[in-house]
Amino acid sequence: MTEVVDVGTALGRPIKRKEDARLLHGQTNWTDNIQLPGTVHMAILRSPFAHATITKLDISGALAMPNVVAAFGAAELGDLNASVPCVWPVTDDMVAPDFPALAKDKVRHVGDAVAVVVASDARSAADALEAIVVDYEPLDAVIDMEKAISPDSTYVHDDKGTNTCYVYNLGGGYDEKVKEADVVVKRRFINQRLIPVFMEPRSVVAAPMGMSDEITLWSSTQVPHILRLLLALVTGVPENNLRVVAPDVGGGFGGKLQIYREEILALQLARKMGRPVKWTETRSEDMVATHHGRDQIQDIEIAAKSDGTLVGLKVDLIANMGAFLQIITPGVPLLGMFMYPGIYKMGAYDFKCTGVFTNTTPTDAYRGAGRPEATYAIERIMDELAAELGMEPMELRKKNWIKHEEFPYTTIAGLTYDTGNYELATARALELFDYDGLRAEQKQRRDSGDKVQLGIGISTFTEMCGLAPSRTLGALKYVAGGWEHCTVRVLPTGKVEVITGTSPHGQGHETAWSQIASSILGIPVEDIEVVHSDTGRAPYGMDTYGSRSLAVGGQAIKAASERLIEKAAVIAAHQLECSTSDLEYINGVFQVKGDPEKAQPLGAVAFEAFTAHNLPDGVEPTLSAEATIDPQDFSYPHGTHLAAMEVDTETGKVTLRKYVCVDDVGIQVNPMIVEGQVHGGLAQGIGQALYEGAFYDQDGQPLNANMSSYLVPGAPDLPMFITDTTCTPSTTNPLGTKGVGEAGAIASTPAIINGVVDALRHLGVNDVAMPATPMTVWKTIQAAQGGK
Amino acid sequence: MIPVAFDYKKATSVDEALAALAAGGEDAKILGGGQSLLPVLRLRLNAPSVVVDCSTIDELKGVCEDGNNVVVGAGTTHYDVIKNPMVNQSVSLLAKATASVADPQIRHRGTLGGALAHADPRADQPPVALALDAEFNIAGPGGRRTVSAADFFIGPFETAVGPDEILVSVAFPKLDGWGSHYEKFNRTAQAWSIVGAAAAVRMDGGKIAEARIGLTNVGGTPHRATTVEQALVGASSIAEVEAACAHASDGLEAFADDDADVDYREHLARVLTARAVAKAAGLS
Repeated sequence: MTEVVDVGTALGRPIKRKEDARLLHGQTNWTDNIQLPGTVHMAILRSPFAHATITKLDISGALAMPNVVAAFGAAELGDLNASVPCVWPVTDDMVAPDFPALAKDKVRHVGDAVAVVVASDARSAADALEAIVVDYEPLDAVIDMEKAISPDSTYVHDDKGTNTCYVYNLGGGYDEKVKEADVVVKRRFINQRLIPVFMEPRSVVAAPMGMSDEITLWSSTQVPHILRLLLALVTGVPENNLRVVAPDVGGGFGGKLQIYREEILALQLARKMGRPVKWTETRSEDMVATHHGRDQIQDIEIAAKSDGTLVGLKVDLIANMGAFLQIITPGVPLLGMFMYPGIYKMGAYDFKCTGVFTNTTPTDAYRGAGRPEATYAIERIMDELAAELGMEPMELRKKNWIKHEEFPYTTIAGLTYDTGNYELATARALELFDYDGLRAEQKQRRDSGDKVQLGIGISTFTEMCGLAPSRTLGALKYVAGGWEHCTVRVLPTGKVEVITGTSPHGQGHETAWSQIASSILGIPVEDIEVVHSDTGRAPYGMDTYGSRSLAVGGQAIKAASERLIEKAAVIAAHQLECSTSDLEYINGVFQVKGDPEKAQPLGAVAFEAFTAHNLPDGVEPTLSAEATIDPQDFSYPHGTHLAAMEVDTETGKVTLRKYVCVDDVGIQVNPMIVEGQVHGGLAQGIGQALYEGAFYDQDGQPLNANMSSYLVPGAPDLPMFITDTTCTPSTTNPLGTKGVGEAGAIASTPAIINGVVDALRHLGVNDVAMPATPMTVWKTIQAAQGGK
Repeated sequence: MIPVAFDYKKATSVDEALAALAAGGEDAKILGGGQSLLPVLRLRLNAPSVVVDCSTIDELKGVCEDGNNVVVGAGTTHYDVIKNPMVNQSVSLLAKATASVADPQIRHRGTLGGALAHADPRADQPPVALALDAEFNIAGPGGRRTVSAADFFIGPFETAVGPDEILVSVAFPKLDGWGSHYEKFNRTAQAWSIVGAAAAVRMDGGKIAEARIGLTNVGGTPHRATTVEQALVGASSIAEVEAACAHASDGLEAFADDDADVDYREHLARVLTARAVAKAAGLS
């Protein structure tokens, strides 16, 4: 059934997503669904050791297996064994080890790729892996980050002579400023390693197209444009011969913001063999071979006056790079660098981050990328400071946050927050939460010594969205820009193509981008097709990550649509024999002011532009316009999140009873999609707090790299979220939007842990490690009570 | 992942299944609902020569009454167990434990016999069968035999069912009028039990007259807490129940894993047993 849309007001309406019919009917085009004639299937032999020398690699057994077409180790692959690139050398002296697609002489994490088999079917390829003979000589595994940077550690890359990747410093005034403080609180927080766990495993098909020199590579990626450029750079395939397509992509969360070794191998083998090569990972592979997220040791020190006024903040991080640097591995902690001060005013801020190599799966961006770590640290330490001062934690926040009349405000970290209203969002959240009622219940439970204690967790967060102003990225030594592109075309039949450089993988861009274009073009949403994620059809773009697509890409859609109307107006005025200033444009129709009979719809203008029989002098045929926009600044969504946590003190089990969040994401294009993004983000942030964590033993063996022990929350584990929004439009982009993709994941983790600690503080607990599993919580209570 | 190639034989009767098992040799595997076997095959943890599909054998399906027993066919799905009026009336503990298994999709596919014969220490029904003194009807080349629950569970993933045998049905003695509760403790709703406590009690005059208790995932096999069962007789208050259940970890050879070390697992056994008994007894 066609949804009737009141064109012109499509912006801001919760219309159903265009994408959902095909998703719900199983008609999606996942990469693994692509079946090309003559396809061969790739399977990868992975290291069972975290650190070992390969003393022998014999692939001959695989070659003798049925249906096997080829097999390669690093030696056989030779020059085609290209290296995985890192595009963010964060310091001039950063240590960047070589990361070959197939390991050459050593393996450096469980899951490292040792050999590849190509067979005419996927099962034969998997079978043949078992016929490859590898002799390993195990080496000491470097797992613990602090041991890794101690003098006597084994090196992950012995040619580098160090396990330190880089040391980054910012600020420097804290030690002087802290002398003014009455209270200093220090904590060590462990922001544990996480696995992205997108629903669709990674998958790639690379195919020489025959009719030209073009090779098309389909990949389940967030970044087809970046992938095309980097594949061209590392493989030598001419960029103009390479087309990258991201078909329907089933989630990414940063895990598909990457150029993976398997994409390089598929491309290289398709070139070498002249036929389509396909690879789809198993979940078991995914858990060790897809990059991981987080994994930081955070030493946090906060200083304040006795009345709660913040004096300064000192952050000392050790960040786990894993065994290699992937696309932006070293930069992830630095994306959080500017956000540790959060929404608070203070006089000094020192930041230090030490990046460390270990024999573990490489880390990289995961939903929020650096900012969840920062938000966790500041929101947790604010609660600890409040406890130290004997203040109500919300009062401490109110005392120190930037007041709404103080915007724009330049923080101690150097960012200028354009807009926000923390008071408004907080007031609404407290009202929805029944804060006072829950505090009363908490007191009653404490007084009666109830087995189930209640805690209230607060997180008043902000984040920076809309990556990113290109000059800023340049100053941070990132090797690309942060612009975004859009081309809008009105076809001769009046249908519209919005060609975007963003690359959705579940977000709903097709719907939201149609709404933006519809609101300007006056064309119904259903007559607008959003073209994306194909470097052949949408050649310019910087893709989707960092909550950038709307905040940056949306601007390009608006600008291109407006430029298109400008051009169309010239043609329409010519047709209607008036000047453009005599025209008004209403619901997709140019009308002569005061004479509504004289009118021409946009589709008719497009047809005139197509036939070009009667265009004004100097106007070129066809009706399209484009815009490439570099954002002037980041945008800063914020919100107040409140969690009511019940802790069964007898078993340690934590239950999330109630969750309220009031987010300010600026102007909303589609509030239903916003709410969905918030819900998904909350689930992942809560996942980090209570359920998720990827761990290794001392030999570097993953302890829970499977989905029966790496637990992600499901719907039954989560309450009905109570969400609402406030709106202070962003002034850094003309749509007034801010970004919402990461908000829930960033804000919720500290809210949950603050709630758990709050429930137990009277028992002597002042921190609970993540994930707050029942045993962890129970042991924490036991320890606080003086037990074992 | 893709399983190693195997032969597939669909059996339409128990005799056909037994013949296929005999022909298949030691590494033949029975496919019931597939909820445990298929992951094992896909992870390549097992590579049977032949999979004997027993999922459509009529004799293995359904619930019937046999004297003082409720007999559940091994191929009866969890969903059909949960929805069965006779099970709910007379073996309510089984219905409650089964309702806690995984998620609706799995409960519609997985079978009681599969869960029992697979004997995963984390599974929820084995301690119920043990606590309720269920009897297992097993068919083999030499005919049928009956094994008590106490003799059925031998070790983790190991039961009295031989490689050439098939579990046909399980008989549960009727416990009409007994209260029951299954206290499952896990990290997420769809995760395996860290520890589970299954309790059935018969009340008489406000006091516990008889109790049956089985524990999940405290050792390699389900555990029958007989000391607690005896200590509970006469209990009429939460405090008395808790005192009796302080013995729930007696004689346990609790193991450690990432979810629970030995101390915590023993602690959970005591706490969860008390909770299960209190709820089964209607004490609050």
